[in-house]
Amino acid sequence: MFEAWHLPFMQRALLAGLIMALLSGYYGPFMVQRGLSFLGSGLAHAAFGGVALGLLLGGEPLWVAVPFTAAVALGITWVRERTRISGDTAVGIFFAVSMALGIVFLSLKREYTAEAFTYLFGSILAVTATDIWVSLGLLLLTLLTLPLWGRWAYATFDRELAQADRVPVLFDDYLLAFLVALVVVVAMKLVGLLLVAAFLVIPAAAARQWSRTFAGMMVGAVLVGVFSVVFGLQISLQFDIPSGATIVLLQALVFTAAALIWRRA
Amino acid sequence: MSRKAEYAVEIEDLTVKYGDHVALEDISLQIPRGAFVAIVGPNGAGKSTLIKTILGLVRPASGKVLVLGEPLERLDPVRVGYVPQFKTLDRSFPALAEELVVSGLRRAWPGRITRKEREKALTALERVGAAHLAGRPVSRFSGGELQRVYLARAFVRQPELVVLDEPATGIDVLGEADMYRLLEGYQKQSGATLLMITHDWEAAYHHASHVIVLNRRLIGFGPPERALSERCLREAFGHVGHAHTVALEFVRGKHV
Ligand SMILES: Nc1ncnc2c1ncn2[C@@H]1O[C@H](COP(=O)(O)OP(=O)(O)OP(=O)(O)O)[C@@H](O)[C@H]1O
Ligand SMILES: [Mg+2]
Repeated sequence: MFEAWHLPFMQRALLAGLIMALLSGYYGPFMVQRGLSFLGSGLAHAAFGGVALGLLLGGEPLWVAVPFTAAVALGITWVRERTRISGDTAVGIFFAVSMALGIVFLSLKREYTAEAFTYLFGSILAVTATDIWVSLGLLLLTLLTLPLWGRWAYATFDRELAQADRVPVLFDDYLLAFLVALVVVVAMKLVGLLLVAAFLVIPAAAARQWSRTFAGMMVGAVLVGVFSVVFGLQISLQFDIPSGATIVLLQALVFTAAALIWRRA
Repeated sequence: MSRKAEYAVEIEDLTVKYGDHVALEDISLQIPRGAFVAIVGPNGAGKSTLIKTILGLVRPASGKVLVLGEPLERLDPVRVGYVPQFKTLDRSFPALAEELVVSGLRRAWPGRITRKEREKALTALERVGAAHLAGRPVSRFSGGELQRVYLARAFVRQPELVVLDEPATGIDVLGEADMYRLLEGYQKQSGATLLMITHDWEAAYHHASHVIVLNRRLIGFGPPERALSERCLREAFGHVGHAHTVALEFVRGKHV
C-alpha cells in the first residue's frame, strides 16, 4: 500500500511531516502544560496575515510570514507580561488584527490568489524544497536549544521555584513563543492554518494521558506525531482527501483512544 | 567554601511596591545564623512579599537586602532552600516525587536521572520518611505527602537557609508535629537558619527562636515572648478581641 512513496512530492511531504512531528512533539508538551494552546491558534492566524503580505509583495511568502509571525509572538508575550490584559485576550486581539490585515492584503492583490487557499487547508503537493530546508533549519535551531529543555520544563512545572533558582523565566517565555511561532509558520504549509494549532497540541495532550514524566510525555508526543503523519499522508493520498485534516483526525483518534484507556478511575 | 556571614539575612530600609501599592515599608532587621524565625501578621501584611524579596522573586523599590552575606545578584541560589505553599502545585504536570527532588539538586527539571542523583534524592526522601513515594506521581499526593516531598527537595541541596511559606496550612496535627521535628532535625544537623510564615501563634511561640510581627511595617522582632506581646499583636491585627486574648494566654500556658 505504500507504493506511492517513491513519488518525489510524497517524499518531500513525508520528510516535512516527520520533521514537523518531531518539532510538535518537542514543543507541544510546553504548550499544553503552559496553557498556550490558544497561542498556537493565534499564531497561525498571524502567520496567515504574514503569508498574505508575502503574496502581495511577491516572492516566497515564507520570508515575510516568518518574521511577521515571530513579531506577533513577541508582541503577545509582551502584552501578557507587561499589562493587565490576560494571555487569552492578548492572543485574541493579535489574532483578529493579523487576520484582518491578511484579508486586506489579499484584496489589495487584484489577481485571484489560489495559493492563499493552500495555506488555509494545507497541501502535501505544496511542500517545496525551500520548505524542507526551512524545516531542517528549524530542527537544527531546536537541537541547539536542547540544553535549555531542563530549565524550560522547570519553569513550566513551577515558575516561582525556577525563578528562585535564577532561571531567566521572562527571557525563556519570549524565546519559547518565538520558536513556537516559527514551527507554526512552517507547519502551516502542510496542515493548514485552521488545523496547525491542533497539530501541535493534540499529540502532547494524547501523550499526557499515559505519561508519568514530562520527558515521557515528550517522547509519547513525538511517537503520536510520527504515527499520524505517516498514516495520515498515506490515507490522504489513497482516498484523495486533504493531508492536514487526515493527520489531525488520526491524532484525535489516538487522543480519544488514550482518553478512554487511561481515563481517571 | 563561602564566607561565613554573621547574619543569615540582613535587611535595611526595605520598601517593596506592586505598582503604587506599598506592600512593605521601611523594614530593617537582622536574622542571626541558626535562628528559627516565624513570620506572623494578618492577611495581606506582606509576609509572602518579604520572603519573595529574600528569594529574589520580587525586586525591592528601595533598601538593601543581604542573604548569607551576599547581595541577591551574587548569591548562589543553591545555598537557599525554598518550600512553597503546596497548594501552588500544578497537578496537571506529569512529575514523579524523585524528579521533584532532583530538580532541587539540578536547578533544572530532569529528563533522565543519573544514578548518583537518584541516590541523593532517595536519601533526602528517606530523611523525611517518604522514600516509598519516590517513584510515584506527585499529582495524586495528599497535602502531607506533598509537604514531605517538598521538604526533601529543599534539604537535598543542603541549604544554609530554608524559607517556608505557610508550611503548616492544610496539614493535620500529627503531620504538623512531624514537620517541626524534621525541620528542627535538619537545623540541628546543619546549623541552618529557618524562616517560616505561619498563622499559628502557638507554633510560633513554641518552635521559633525569633518572631517577626508584620503589617506592611515591621511591628515586632525578637524572641517570641517579646514579639508576641499583646501590644504588638494589637498593633498588627488591629483590634485584638476577646478571642485573641484568650488564644494568646492559652499559647503562653496561662489557661492550663
Ligand atoms: N503580584 C502582586 N501584584 C499586586 N499586588 C500584590 C501582589 N502580590 C501581593 N500583592 C499585594 O501586596 C500585599 C501583601 O501581599 P502578601 O501576599 O505579601 O501578603 P501575605 O502577608 O502573604 O498575606 P496572606 O496571609 O494572605 O498570605 C497585599 O495587599 C496584596 O494584595
Ligand atoms: Mg502569603
